[in-house]
Amino acid sequence: MSGRLSRLRGPNNEGLLVAVILVVVVAMALSSPAFFTAGTFFALVRSSMVPLIFALGVLMVLISGGIDVSFPAIAIFAAYSTVKWVIGAGADPGPWVIIAIAMLVGAVLGLVNGVVIARFRLPTLIVTLGTQSIFKGVLISYIGSVYISAADLPDSVNALAGSHLLDVSGGGYLHFMIVPVVVVAVLVALLLSRTIFGRSIYAIGGDTEAARRVGIDVVRTQVWLYVLVGALAAFGGMLYVILGRNANPQSIVGTELDIIAAVVLGGASIFGGRGSVLGTVLGVVLVQLINNNLVLLGIPSTWQRAAVGILLLLGVGAQALGARRPNGHSVDVEPPLEREEVAA
Amino acid sequence: MAPSAAPVLEVHDVVKTYGGIHALNGVSLELLPGEVHCLAGENGSGKSTLIKIISGVEKPDSGTVVINGRTHRHLTTGDAIRSGIQVIYQDFSLFPNLSAAENIAMLSELADRRRISSRSRIRAAARRVVEDLGLRLDLDADVADLTVADRQLIAICRALVNDAKVLIMDEPTTALTHTEVERLFTIVRRLQERGVAVMFVSHKLDEVLEISQRVTVLRNGAQVASGAAADHTPRTIAKAMTGREVSDERLVGEVPPDAPVLLELDRLGRAGGFSDVSFALRAGEILGITGLLGSGRSEIAEAIFGIHPADSGTIRVAGTERRIRSIRDAVHAGIGYVPEDRLTQGLFLDVSIADNMIAASLDSYRARGGLLDRRRVRDSIADLFRRLRIQAPNVGAMVRSLSGGNAQRVVLAKWLDRKPAVLVLNGPTVGVDIGSKEEIIAILREQAAAGMGVIIISDDIPELVTACHRILIVHEGRVVSELTGDEVDAHEIQRRMAA
Ligand SMILES: Nc1ncnc2c1ncn2[C@@H]1O[C@H](COP(=O)(O)OP(=O)(O)OP(=O)(O)O)[C@@H](O)[C@H]1O
Ligand SMILES: [Mg+2]
Repeated sequence: MSGRLSRLRGPNNEGLLVAVILVVVVAMALSSPAFFTAGTFFALVRSSMVPLIFALGVLMVLISGGIDVSFPAIAIFAAYSTVKWVIGAGADPGPWVIIAIAMLVGAVLGLVNGVVIARFRLPTLIVTLGTQSIFKGVLISYIGSVYISAADLPDSVNALAGSHLLDVSGGGYLHFMIVPVVVVAVLVALLLSRTIFGRSIYAIGGDTEAARRVGIDVVRTQVWLYVLVGALAAFGGMLYVILGRNANPQSIVGTELDIIAAVVLGGASIFGGRGSVLGTVLGVVLVQLINNNLVLLGIPSTWQRAAVGILLLLGVGAQALGARRPNGHSVDVEPPLEREEVAA
Repeated sequence: MAPSAAPVLEVHDVVKTYGGIHALNGVSLELLPGEVHCLAGENGSGKSTLIKIISGVEKPDSGTVVINGRTHRHLTTGDAIRSGIQVIYQDFSLFPNLSAAENIAMLSELADRRRISSRSRIRAAARRVVEDLGLRLDLDADVADLTVADRQLIAICRALVNDAKVLIMDEPTTALTHTEVERLFTIVRRLQERGVAVMFVSHKLDEVLEISQRVTVLRNGAQVASGAAADHTPRTIAKAMTGREVSDERLVGEVPPDAPVLLELDRLGRAGGFSDVSFALRAGEILGITGLLGSGRSEIAEAIFGIHPADSGTIRVAGTERRIRSIRDAVHAGIGYVPEDRLTQGLFLDVSIADNMIAASLDSYRARGGLLDRRRVRDSIADLFRRLRIQAPNVGAMVRSLSGGNAQRVVLAKWLDRKPAVLVLNGPTVGVDIGSKEEIIAILREQAAAGMGVIIISDDIPELVTACHRILIVHEGRVVSELTGDEVDAHEIQRRMAA
């Protein structure tokens, strides 16, 4: 691959993603004039908000070399229990305090993940599979299983749910919550690229033993990472409650694979050490674009999941090709051979 | 500065066991400011283990580490770094996913307990060391995309980025050229004048004696000798290491005149790498190819093995012309290749010795019905394990737990198991101790005598002289000289390389 081409492609396939998104957009616009409207655009933004927040958490965990499937359980646990508690107490401290409390709850649940993973050095997938079931079980059996509708939500939450940043005549609006979502995305990007904590996460994902050897406190970094990811998941959960104007303890759980797919599509490596916020945003947007608008291309909506699956395979394929790109050096010479040989 | 009395680092009676193996069995030593202390020993004698204990990577079973008079009971890597200990690890311990600059500077950022990472500060810090060493490195490249030599240089730079009081180097020169080694030594001498204590591990004993004032020799985890470097010669150190006399005598038989030609290169070339390379290798012959780093010597090997295929000329194997466009083609043609960077290219680190050995030759163990012939697999694993005298509790041990030199034997075993017609080895004894080197060369001789064609690419001239029938010298991508028979002599090679 020529130097310019690989530069366009970006360090994490961002360029490629932009190209794919453009192709999809053009295809949709050509096949349906209804597509190219502010309404479609705002709907896309709105449906991307919650997945993006979750995806940012997944991104950080993937970079550190782990995989987290417990974030939906943390999200709904934190959001539902906080909302229920606030309603039960008969108080309405305002949406931001409620969000803050939920994030605290999420942080505590994240701490559980972090401690088990870092102290006992257990595989992250297994640990989070376990904690996911535990969190969900505790939520349903001890906290509540009753659907909370808009009528019962605190007034301040309902007010926030109805606040628009921008209204467009002829339908469509930009939801106010896009502001905190963008802020969070920027903060995560800065955290990952500009802080020692963020760089340590990349280092741990690149080579955990080497990270220890340069003096990174791997256990502490991992624990903090999962605390942060827990808080982020809780924010996503609250966002879900606010946008949907309901709190349903059965919701969210089950969406984890779509989110992980979007992040991997966004160039994060499943082996750790690589990934960017920009790529993740693009990955989420692409998946939502397909989920929302595939019908416009005349493809039945039942094919949505298959389309996401195909995209995921393409994304991972691009990663594998990238890893094998000839670079004039004798790096990774043998593994491909041996993989073939062993498979033979 | 003359070495003063108070040691900066003391190690008392350190014992470390892994499972049943005593890696260290009560080792004590001290390091004075301004001295270069060499640690020598065979592969698996415990050198790297001792270093890991000093740097807080491993906890000793018993014994203490004293830094600047302070006894540490639970030394962490962070403590060690902040006490001024810097280590160049044998496996480099770099981050493949981060840029060269960040790899170099991250350690000092962490040691300063910074919170914000600044790209400009990182670049400045990295550039300072790189320029100090007079190197040319692409600081923005990911380490995964760099050559082994560049990675080793980055590991060295990282150890120099902080002002170290103790600098520990675990085989820092395995991938370096002569000039780079000279530059490193200049820096070491400069640090020494500033009172830095240096601990140096290398299997190149001439190198060791050139730079160090004191020598400690380990054998099987125990200290067997310690004293002034001036009282030692490579021979006496080798003897202390192995407990026997080691010979580096030139021992090459005649290649029978009627031996068939196994590999023939005709005007082979690759743009930007080498051009017009022609030679023939006969069965039973050991051919050496040498030249400075960047001369194209490795590129020739990589073209023969299809890693970076040639773009002109032809390759014949056993008389038939072969198109070698990929590794697969080369393997089918009966060519084997032992790469330069054994730790990252040749092996699955977290897989057992046994599985690594047969990984490249599974096909040949197919029994009826496509299943593996387990009995045959077991037999050849046991045979290779014994023949190569790999030091490990058993063949089930993971390769990661092996010492560097023993890992190298596993790579060799893997390729010998494939029984290739032609085996190309790139730096086959890099990081291998002097006793094992003799054994590995003996194994190659044996293979050649049994009809294999062997090509050794190396800058270890004494090794080439010991083993090779014939030596080609490569310069700027061309074969400029060929030495046969009595011409094969260390001085003669050096003279022609300099010419
Ligand atoms: N993590 C580990 N698990 C089990 N055994 C180990 C481990 N690390 C080292 N060993 C064993 O301890 C012994 C000493 O190994 P060490 O790496 O210190 O040798 P070395 O002197 O550095 O050798 P080399 O010159 O080959 O690098 C070896 O027998 C090795 O197999
Ligand atoms: Mg070692």
